[in-house]
Parts: sequence; structure tokens; C-alpha cells
Amino acid sequence: MNTTLRVFALSLMSVAVLAGCKKNTKETPPPPAVEPPPAMTQPTETSGMYGPSDLDTDACLRQRVVYFDLDQDSLKPEFQAIMACHAKYLRDRPSARINLEGNADERGSREYNMGLGERRGNAVSSALQAAGGSGSQLSVVSYGEERPVCTESTEECWAKNRRVEIVYTAK
Amino acid sequence: MKKLSHWLLALFVLLLPAIGQAQEQGLEINIVGGNASALPITIVPMPYQGSGTPPTTDVSQVVRADLDRSGAFRTLPDANIVEKPTRGSEINYPTWRALKQDYIVVGRVLDGGNGAYRVEYELFDVAKQQRLLGLAMTGRANAMRDVAHQMADAIYEKITGVRGAFWTRIAYVTQTGLGNAARYALMVADSDGFNPQTIVRSAEPLLSPSWSPDGRKLAYVSFERGNSSIYLQDISTGARELIASFRGINGAPSFSPDGRRLALTLSRSGNPEIYVMDLGSKALTQITNQYGIDTEPTWSADGSTIYFTSDRGGRPQVYKVSASGGGAQRVTFEGSYNATPTVSFDGKKIAVAQGSGNTYRIAMMDTSTGSPRWTTLSPGSLDESPSFAPNASMILYAAREGGRGVLYAVSVDGRVRQRLVLAQGDVREPAWGPYRNATPQK
Repeated sequence: MNTTLRVFALSLMSVAVLAGCKKNTKETPPPPAVEPPPAMTQPTETSGMYGPSDLDTDACLRQRVVYFDLDQDSLKPEFQAIMACHAKYLRDRPSARINLEGNADERGSREYNMGLGERRGNAVSSALQAAGGSGSQLSVVSYGEERPVCTESTEECWAKNRRVEIVYTAK
Repeated sequence: MKKLSHWLLALFVLLLPAIGQAQEQGLEINIVGGNASALPITIVPMPYQGSGTPPTTDVSQVVRADLDRSGAFRTLPDANIVEKPTRGSEINYPTWRALKQDYIVVGRVLDGGNGAYRVEYELFDVAKQQRLLGLAMTGRANAMRDVAHQMADAIYEKITGVRGAFWTRIAYVTQTGLGNAARYALMVADSDGFNPQTIVRSAEPLLSPSWSPDGRKLAYVSFERGNSSIYLQDISTGARELIASFRGINGAPSFSPDGRRLALTLSRSGNPEIYVMDLGSKALTQITNQYGIDTEPTWSADGSTIYFTSDRGGRPQVYKVSASGGGAQRVTFEGSYNATPTVSFDGKKIAVAQGSGNTYRIAMMDTSTGSPRWTTLSPGSLDESPSFAPNASMILYAAREGGRGVLYAVSVDGRVRQRLVLAQGDVREPAWGPYRNATPQK
């Protein structure tokens, strides 16, 4: 074969190999800035369905806060992981309702931060729906920077305030 | 029983001055920085020359504080006022020339009839020995601060040619307590921070007060219903109306200059957009339609244009759009974060909260000379919510100091800053009210 054909064939093969690899391996996420949540446990109900008591005992369901990086509304991988159990809870419990409360840190304009909080709440809502939760069981409210959990003007405190809280308004 | 109520009434009346005094002490005013090129002026103390009880307000002190705060004047301290003329014929000009004064104001307080006071005052040009103003104002005992602010306005306008904005009011939000114990209030006070009045009290956050152009109403955001809602409230009667409570964000209300419309932010369509509501019919017109956050609308003085904050380009910048809708144009091209625009009455200056890294300062873009000229007006690092005085000579904004929220007023040349501090808690979200007209509003 001439050189061009060889190069072409080689690239074709490489692409095929890489494509094959992609199917079987996951992209390694960047190291998380916060400690990853503890490993998820199986639901305790013997039927395999969640019940209200699991909200207090299941390690994954007990994760109720999703944190965000500055000016970001995309879910970091460690929080993607908890979407599955909350989505399953919504599927198992059609009467359950979640209110997603979006928040922002104190920096910048209050009204713009209202928008950021809502964007984050919407991102969690989308992630829950992508994981199989029903949108009809979800609502989003933004508090902007009005409901901080701490008030120091430090990076550590700001990181704690950039969050969405998963609040079960009905179990 | 009747006797008891008489006693109670007498007690209440006795306590009134104490209540008034406590309120005056609630706001602490400090002038930070100074202006070497300010105009030197002497406001000579104005003695009471009537036969009844003297007023509790020292009008010359209020005038002095106003003129100093504006940054345009430097008033002669009490200790240096070596002579105390009360009328033009008593002025010894060489004294004031020696003290390097450009202007001198003299006056006296007389009885005005029916328990009111009458202030007669005159403004003189020291070098020319010429009278520039000779006016009289009458006011009730509890309105003498208003009288003094109007005097300061007249003096300011005569000398600078710009209408004074001392006789104006400001609105702001306070928070005391944290978390579940947090309590919020929407307040209105004189522009120097005196006479604070509570308009709304709530256990849930309050934000974004906006004055109606006639100064009688405030629109604001409240979380009392669980989600953000916009209310319209009459300041003197307390009567209020729920204006917007749609799904999603209801925020950033802003009255049009004719008072008939309200620009606001609603995210009912999926993301925050600017709308204009006709206050008569409550009909909504959508003004922006873009992915991203469009918020914080504010009107040009002629009502034709709405300026707003948008992150359609990635991070927040200021844009403008016709008040009837259409394509928006970006306005701010310096700085990576520009939000919360406030526009001067002549449309030539826009002040913003400008962010750079973790530092947020008040910056101003001036187009009076053609191409935009930017100046930084505050030191940071968490300054926000700028609001122009109606004469655009000063800007009110919110800052954080010592872990709590405080308000500052800065002169538009950046040279004089005055801090207004509430005795307890946090103060934020200032909004400078319009000029006041002659009819009493209380």
C-alpha cells in the first residue's frame, strides 16, 4: 500500500480502537474539591422500593445538599452520584415531592444571584429527571444569596453557600 | 377610666421627644476623606430670636452637614467662626476674606405663628460683597430638618447651578439576627440618614426597593409567600398590592419615569427575562428573550430606554434596550463583571457594581466627553447596589465593613465618602428617592 493509504488505514484503526475503548471505560473525573459522599447502600425495604424511613437511614438519600463551583451551574461528578437514589425515591413514591432550593454566595448583585440560584436548582432538577425522576414531583425556588449558612467573607464560607438543598415537602 | 387615658396620653406626649432622639441616634454619619478643591463656605449659627421655646433642630448644623457631605463644599468649623452676624448688614467682610471663605450664609430663627418657626437667611459672595440669596422658610417644630435641607438645596443650586438633592429620602433594607431568627425591615429615611421610618417588617427576606417618581410608593421584593413576589406599597398609608407572584423569580422592580409602568424580572418562561407591566391594566410586555439571566432593569430619565444586567455574553454586563422591546445593545466594555446599573438623569453617567476577581467596587462610566471614561468610586471589596441621587451629584451604595452591611454616599467625583451605619444589624439595598415637592408628604 502507498503511504497515504497506510496512514489512513492506521488512523481508521486508531479511531476504531479508541471508540471501542470509550464504550468500556469511563472518563476519570477531576479530583473532587469536597469529600465525596459515602458509598450508596441498597434500599432497606425488602421489596427493593424505598420507603419514607429510608430518607433518614439511607446514606445516599441523606445527602441533601449539592455544592457548586463559582459562577457554575453544572453538577460535579460526586453530586451526580446522588441523583440516582433521589430519582429512584421519587419513582418509588409517587406522592413524594421535592422542592429544590437554589442558593448563591454573597458576591455580586443580589438579583443576579437570584438567577444563579435558580439556574443551579434547575440543573439539579434536570439531573434528577435524567436519572428517572418525574418533573411533576419537582419544584425549584431560588433564594439567591438571602439564605446563607455562614456569613464570613471567606472562600470556605462562600463554597458552603453555593448550593442547592433537596427538601422533601412530601414523603 | 377617662383620667387614666389622660395620664397615658400625657405620658406618651412626654416620651415623644425621647423616641425622636433615639431614632436620630440610630444612624451614625462619618465623613471619610475630603476634597481640597471644595468651595470654602461659612454657615454662621442662626440664633432663635422668638419668644417661645427654641426649636430642637439646629438648622445651620444640618445645612453645614449637607454641604460637607456633597463634596462640593468645605464648611468652616464652629471653632473658627469668630464673629456671628445674623444679617447682611452685620457682616464684616475682611474677617471672612482673612479666613479664605468664598461664601457666607447668615440667618435667624423667628416665631412663625401657630407654633411654627420662620427662618430668614441670606447667602453672600465674600469677594464681591454681594448678596446672592435672601429667603425665608416656615416650618413646624418637627419639620425643621426638612426646612434646613431645603435651605441647603437653595444654597447649593445658587452656587453650583445644579439643583440640590438634600431634601430627598432614601429607602433601604435592614436585617437583624441570623438564620431562623433573622428579621428584615424596609426603611425610609431622610437622605442624611435621619428620621428612619419602618415601612415593612418581615421574617423573610426583602429586596430591591424602587421609588415611584412621585415619592409616594415603593415597589419591592418579598419572600413572605415562600417564593419571591413583588409588592407595591403606599408609604404614608401602608396600603399595599401584590403585583407579581408568578412561578419562578419575581424580582428587580423599577418604576418608569411617568410612574405608569413597572419594569421587572420574571423567570416564568424558563429563565429570567425583563418585562414591562402596565400598572393600570397589569398587562405584561416581554422585553428580552434570550438564554441567560436578564435582570435589574432601570429606566432612562425620558422613559425610552431600559438598561439592564445580562450574562448573555458569559458574565454579567450592562445592556440597553428600547422600552418597547427589540434588540439589546451592550453598554459596558470594561471589566469582567458589571451589574446593577444606575443611570444619571441626563443619561451621561452609568454607575455599576464592578467585579474583578473577589473584589467588587462601585465604578462609573461617563460619556459626557464622548468616549466612555471609567472611574472607580469605592474601595471595595464587597460594594454593591449603587443608586444615583436625582441630581447625579452623589451615589448611595452598600458595603460590608467589620462583618456587617453599611451604606455609603460618595460624591460623583469620588472625593468625599460618608458612611451611614445602623446601630445594630445589617443595612443594604439602598435606593435614592426622587426630588420632593412642596406639599407635605408625611
